[in-house]
Amino acid sequence: MNKGSKLAMGIAAISLLLVGCGKATSSTSSKESSAALSGKVTAVGSTALQPLAAKAGSNFTAKNSKVNLTVQGGGSGTGLSQVQAGAVSIGDSDIFAEEKDGIKADKLTDHKVAVVGMAPVVNKDTGIKNLKMAQLKQIFTGKITNWKEVGGKDEKIVIINRAQGSGTRATFENAVLKGTDAVKSQEQDSNGAVQKIVSTTPGAVSYLAFSYFTNKLQAVSIDNVTPTDNNVETNKWKIWSYEHMYTKGTPDKATTAFLKYMDSKTVQDSLVKDMGYISIHDMKVTKDAKGVVTQN
Amino acid sequence: MEQTNFQLKKQDTQSQEWSKRLHHATRATREDWIGRGVSYLCIGVIILVVASMLWFITSKGIATFTQNHVSLWKFLSGTDWSPSQGKIGALPMIVGSFAVTFAAAIVATPFAVGTAIFMTEISPNKGRKFLQPVIELLVGIPSVVYGFIGLAVVVPFMRHLVGGSGFGIISATFVLFVMVLPTITSMTVDSLRAVPRYYKEASLALGATRWQTVSKVILRSATPGILTAVIFGMARAFGEALAVQMVIGNAAVMPKDLISAASTLTSQLTTGIGDTIDGTLPNNALWSLALILLLMSLFFNALVRVIAKRGQLKHER
Amino acid sequence: MNAKRKDMIATVIIDLIVAIVVGILFFLLAYILIKGLPHVSWSFLTGATDSFDGTGGIGVQLFNSFYLLVLTMLISIPISLGAGIYLAEYAKDNWRTSLIRSAIEVLSSLPSVVVGLFGFLLFVVKFKIGFSVISGAIALTFFNLPLLTRNIEESLSAVSRSQREAGLSLGLSKWKTEVGIILPVALPGIVTGVVLSAGRVFGEAAALIYTAGQSAPVTNFADWNPMDAASPLNPFRPAETLAVHIWKMNTEGLASNAAALSAAASAVLIIAVLLFNLGARVLGSYLYRRVTASK
Repeated sequence: MNKGSKLAMGIAAISLLLVGCGKATSSTSSKESSAALSGKVTAVGSTALQPLAAKAGSNFTAKNSKVNLTVQGGGSGTGLSQVQAGAVSIGDSDIFAEEKDGIKADKLTDHKVAVVGMAPVVNKDTGIKNLKMAQLKQIFTGKITNWKEVGGKDEKIVIINRAQGSGTRATFENAVLKGTDAVKSQEQDSNGAVQKIVSTTPGAVSYLAFSYFTNKLQAVSIDNVTPTDNNVETNKWKIWSYEHMYTKGTPDKATTAFLKYMDSKTVQDSLVKDMGYISIHDMKVTKDAKGVVTQN
Repeated sequence: MEQTNFQLKKQDTQSQEWSKRLHHATRATREDWIGRGVSYLCIGVIILVVASMLWFITSKGIATFTQNHVSLWKFLSGTDWSPSQGKIGALPMIVGSFAVTFAAAIVATPFAVGTAIFMTEISPNKGRKFLQPVIELLVGIPSVVYGFIGLAVVVPFMRHLVGGSGFGIISATFVLFVMVLPTITSMTVDSLRAVPRYYKEASLALGATRWQTVSKVILRSATPGILTAVIFGMARAFGEALAVQMVIGNAAVMPKDLISAASTLTSQLTTGIGDTIDGTLPNNALWSLALILLLMSLFFNALVRVIAKRGQLKHER
Repeated sequence: MNAKRKDMIATVIIDLIVAIVVGILFFLLAYILIKGLPHVSWSFLTGATDSFDGTGGIGVQLFNSFYLLVLTMLISIPISLGAGIYLAEYAKDNWRTSLIRSAIEVLSSLPSVVVGLFGFLLFVVKFKIGFSVISGAIALTFFNLPLLTRNIEESLSAVSRSQREAGLSLGLSKWKTEVGIILPVALPGIVTGVVLSAGRVFGEAAALIYTAGQSAPVTNFADWNPMDAASPLNPFRPAETLAVHIWKMNTEGLASNAAALSAAASAVLIIAVLLFNLGARVLGSYLYRRVTASK
């Protein structure tokens, strides 16, 4: 049997080898021996931040070929737990460490790398394009159960929530529910799942990061403020949060360099925006862990 | 003098050698020792793995009760699951898991057994050449793909068929039915094939029809095997998370009916685990769910063993 | 007459059941293939994934899936073979054996996410192996062991007693009989088991997310030294498999054509499993013929 799998692997390997040859040259040419930066950097956590960190990471290692940089998902909780335990160099999180029980936030250093705006989304057949903040709160606390009560179609509201403890849900609940409990409802743990369910389920409502909007679902304005990057930057649109990279103690040289790279113009002005996130440099306000917003 | 002494000594050593050889273990015995050693070692590794897993899950799972001092009864009978607020009633998930698992097994078993009979008794040729590869192929479809096909096909279908949002136990049952079908079928086929040929021949020679032979002889003597197959299928249904989570709705409320959103132990576990912090109540509570899952499958295993043993005894008598 | 009619009715019912099952199976396969195949191209099969939005090819993931499968099988087949022989040959029929059996079966019913987290906390964090092929392979071995052990034991026990007695009466040791006579006869059954578990390994995502990781660093396919960091054979590099890639595309995929890409990846996965099954089947029957000299 081993032989069988070896054979299969061999075939796959040979077919890949043919392609690999073409690629090998490109990776060696990008080795600019600038600084002799070396070391191992592991970033683990938020799945929402993962693509950005991964892309920035591969650009970073293209310049610093001696650095072994790995970016993994696993969830904000995993990221914070593991950076606190010292198992990884960077813990990615969509949530302030202060907001998580069991995390000693004063032991960790926060590096904000991007801002993500979120907005309620509904299935298109509801006919809803704008809601009042109070209405939105009533929907998610279960006081309003039919779309006709808020000027939509006569249809039952199907709430899709995010998993308890997830950063997205915490952000939404802080901005909209302000302390009251959401009604028990469906829970999904990823943007992709919410996107699919809301666009296919009649009467569905949930909330998504801006970058996951598609033409198959309807993003809802709140009190006639539209969910745009500009409105987030001025805090006119209230539902937004930071993407954090947490480190513990004094990070090593490679980690420091990578964090500096994340904050650089190259990343903030291109990658962050391509990702549908908002550059940390463009923000005109600052939010702290308690949700207090101050003008810059 | 010295020479004879030497000769005597030589003879002595020779006879000693002979007796040594005769008393020494043969090559076959030594081989057997090695073989025994190797196979004991392997089973030892497996036991070690199982033991460490059990210890790991148990130690994490009981932390809810030993560190966070949640009462076991409240955990098992409570219906409010909001771990972030310290409320952990796991009953909705327990009920949900049992419901989908049993429902899927009940639906899948007749289909699997029917297919297996077809593959072994009615048309073995088609079965071997065509059905078996297809069924084995289905085992390889990742559960996430099942989940998204379920979301794209089953949920809307159920929505039109029975109303509601389409998410719920009934959709989960249907998806799990398809997922456990290959497992149960291929294991049932194995146990049907293991029935000695002469049982069948004897029955047919007595003038029994094919169905009589199948139902009275073959199925009966394969019952322990089929039961094991069903349990294996149920185990897969129990442990399945990604696919179920997409179609059951994953709402931690007591399932009122088959067509409203519910949740299972695994679906809550998968959704929540990445967002909780090691050592805090929400995290421990999820591990407690895993512990329940483990205990449930232990219980089922014991049950199957009892059933199988009974079947065997009757069969041998 | 009555018995004959019953026989007929039963046959019709069974045919109907098979028709429904076949219908479902074909719908599934057709659904995946029709949705996915149009997006499969040579560059898709061999290209590298853009870590940013997941567009581009799945070459690295495809290789990772196979590599992980091979490693998993290399670890799990010998262990489960030994354990299977133990259970079939040496184990006495007592409470201890039935406890061992139960323990093995419990292992197989654990949800994959639990196994994944166990692997994560033990191998990735505690032993500091990191997100790597080897961590993933060990986690997958946990799944594989019960399935394979059980299958091997069953295949071995199914071999008729007379073969065993023949071997022993020739003066062969129990071990030699088992390895030289029983094992070859049981081979086709074992191959089926391996194929089934290979399918499961191929499709597993939840256990790998936390162990083998979800990033597929571009590897240098010209470098075959397993010790080099960029070598595809390095067992200590993180390796996203095809199934994990599909999961990621579906949960956090940002590309506008994420659905099409994941459908295409699913189709490729199915075809890979199909090829693997066929290959193993051919190999199994070939080995059987060679070893037993039967036709």
